[in-house]
Amino acid sequence: MRLLALETATEACSAALWEDAVICARYRVAPRQHAELILPMIEELLIEAGWSRTSLTAVAFGRGPGSFTGVRLAASVTQGIAFGLDVPVARVSTLEAMARRAWREHAARQLLVAIDARMREVYWGTFRVDEAGHIIAQCEECVSAPGEVPLPESGTWMGVGTGWASYTELLTGHAGALLNGTDDALLPSAEDIAVLGGEQLRRGEGVAPEEAVPVYLRDNVAVKPG
Amino acid sequence: MTLVIGIETSCDETGVAVYDSARGLLAHELYTQAATHADYGGVVPELASRDHVRKLLPLIDRALAAAGCGREQLQGVAYTAGPGLAGALLVGAAVGRALAWALGIPGIGVHHMEGHLQAARLDNEALRTPFLCLLVSGGHTQLVDVRAHGDYRILGESRDDAVGEAFDKTAKLLGLGYPGGAALAELAMQGNPQRFVFPRPMLDRPGLEFSFSGLKTHVRTTLRQCAGSDQDRADIACAFEIAVVETLLGKSQRALQLTGYDTLVIAGGVGANRRLREELDARLAVRVVYPRVEFCTDNGAMIAYAGCLRLAAGQRDTLEIAARPRWPLSELQGFPSVLSPK
Repeated sequence: MRLLALETATEACSAALWEDAVICARYRVAPRQHAELILPMIEELLIEAGWSRTSLTAVAFGRGPGSFTGVRLAASVTQGIAFGLDVPVARVSTLEAMARRAWREHAARQLLVAIDARMREVYWGTFRVDEAGHIIAQCEECVSAPGEVPLPESGTWMGVGTGWASYTELLTGHAGALLNGTDDALLPSAEDIAVLGGEQLRRGEGVAPEEAVPVYLRDNVAVKPG
Repeated sequence: MTLVIGIETSCDETGVAVYDSARGLLAHELYTQAATHADYGGVVPELASRDHVRKLLPLIDRALAAAGCGREQLQGVAYTAGPGLAGALLVGAAVGRALAWALGIPGIGVHHMEGHLQAARLDNEALRTPFLCLLVSGGHTQLVDVRAHGDYRILGESRDDAVGEAFDKTAKLLGLGYPGGAALAELAMQGNPQRFVFPRPMLDRPGLEFSFSGLKTHVRTTLRQCAGSDQDRADIACAFEIAVVETLLGKSQRALQLTGYDTLVIAGGVGANRRLREELDARLAVRVVYPRVEFCTDNGAMIAYAGCLRLAAGQRDTLEIAARPRWPLSELQGFPSVLSPK
């Protein structure tokens, strides 16, 4: 399986190629430039790996939550590529990919992941990483006020993601003794999308290109008049 | 021969079409979001974007099936790159550009208004530049001097509401819901054209500028002064429509005199208005050309066609996905047409 992975849900724009392991990756923190960057990045990666475009057998993307425009860009680019190549798609949670990155970089196995969702809320997910490196969600992902996010009952957990920078006091106060360190600058990367996407596809959880749609979590985006 | 798929997602319609330079239009599919936005009294940009990303790919699939061609036969992908709603444009541009990349074929971003300007040529092979275009839609009211392909000069435009917007806002005042432009035209047919006479905005002044916001105020005032019965509303709708049509007619006549052109092309959703068509046909000495009614409003066919012209002339986009919410028509550059429309 030759997999292309992309992630554009936050300030970071990234892409990776995967074949049993990550072959190569590009990662840039470049807010509002993702639309210009993503296809040239993919093209560069193929050249670096010496792969032809048509040798790709699947596409994985960060399906959100994150910036509405960002997750839609990843979904749209994935749809175009997967439809054009007639290959399946893996939809990977952006929060789960962040948990995996935190495990890779900090060797932390219990993660409280928060992305700043604006409007005094965070996108929230809690994850445990088992001995084999599998990520297991501990609660349903949600959008919530920082002081009301669902917490695990016990243990020591690491807080990761920009939500911890934007709402430091509210989140740390709420998490209390559960919290054991934070990385409030951590952003999702396509490397983790690739690995998690590869696992999904191996389990037979790939979907058709038209099902490559975002998960926004925040769905009340307009108010009806009167 | 060039086989192009066209994608339109600039506002609240998802449109896809397949155009072949040798065989003409092979298929066109449209999904309208009107029902999604009706409850909000206007287009909600975020909801529009969310709908496009769900509806576009199934529509592409359907258009290809209707055209009887596989994706691997395509030779180009055209998508609306602007102007329009930023988030909505991005969906079509990203899907389109990525699809072109995956298929190893060129992609081209099309100016939405160039699509409208070219729509009449889908069914009128003999239409040649230069001509005058009256572009009347929910977002634009412009008189455009079409000197050559890609070479457009705006002779006059609306200072405030676009004419389609004035129709929809007036319809709302008359309790016709949203978007109610077409319903207003329907209601106007039952009206007495003699009862109210509304001002023809800016017709008494020289130049080719339009203004329609005052007319809406006039409707509100008139509505307040009468009982608001069904007949009152029909009479007001009728007076409003006549004032708009007379204004468009008067300014078009002026622009035709100025340019000396013998052809007026109508484009945009208001081009489907029956009274406008009847009056233009009856009172202008020049040839008036209309697109098919379904190609007056937003559609993928005009984007496929306009994109096909540019691709045939050798133009193509880089790998940067570009959506330009604001993109003046006058920034486009002329290009030689190596393609005769079918």
